[in-house]
Amino acid sequence: MALSAREREVVSALWRKMGDNVGVYTTEALERTFVVFPATKTYFPHLNLSPGSTDIKAHGKKVADALTHAIGHLDDLPNALSELSNLHLHKLGVDPVNFQFFNHCLLVTLARHYPGDFTAVMQACVDKLLAHVTSALVSKYR
Amino acid sequence: MVHFTAEEKAIITTLWSKVNVEEEGGEALGRLLVVYPWTQRFFDTFGNLSSASAIMGNPKVKAHGKKVLTSFGDAVKNLDDLKGTFGHLSELHCDKLHVDPENFRLLGNILVVVLAKHFGKEFTPKVQAAWQKMTMSVASALASKYH
Repeated sequence: MALSAREREVVSALWRKMGDNVGVYTTEALERTFVVFPATKTYFPHLNLSPGSTDIKAHGKKVADALTHAIGHLDDLPNALSELSNLHLHKLGVDPVNFQFFNHCLLVTLARHYPGDFTAVMQACVDKLLAHVTSALVSKYR
Repeated sequence: MVHFTAEEKAIITTLWSKVNVEEEGGEALGRLLVVYPWTQRFFDTFGNLSSASAIMGNPKVKAHGKKVLTSFGDAVKNLDDLKGTFGHLSELHCDKLHVDPENFRLLGNILVVVLAKHFGKEFTPKVQAAWQKMTMSVASALASKYH
């Protein structure tokens, strides 16, 4: 089920609060993903994945931009993420389970940094958003 | 069998000593029911689950959450034999409660998020990794007697 108007508002409010720091949090989420789910590193043999590396920061920024773009196109996610879907399938061959690992680590990161805002409702909305984004990202897979 | 290093055990037990089992157990179970509403199927007798605030304030949810997290405490004390520790609970969840083991993984991840919210700065990636391993191992142990 698509995000309701209320759910969109909850998510947008958090995104507004994060402002220019979305990249900081996606970077932390990536670092956590590589530490907690080490198999995810197999997709990045060409990068320096040690915590704090500029490579992870750069990739974190790309993910942040993609998520912000997704939030602006919730009515048409498969189209909005079509190129990214092709990239992740055809060029990178990323197994869909890995997006869920990242999504979980992003939730952990947001819970840490916004404990007061991260109510059960907020968690449900962000979890749902990330599930929709992931679904769109793998929409071209098969 | 899962093996926890000395360092992982230290991380897990140190954090555990600061956990408020009643509060965080209730919060974790409540969030499970809010974020993954299909899990409410197991709690027909719990009364009002009609909204997030109803769920989070529901006394039966809080009580059951405390019960569940208390049993995580048994896991912390028995990290070297989780299968043995949870054998009877595994049979119960399969034969009497008919709970899909996927739900144990969901709850485990919710618990990690609740711990992150609660412990903030202290919940470093290393701490998360140890606790992730712990919750996944508990989920696995709880599924071990399924047939």
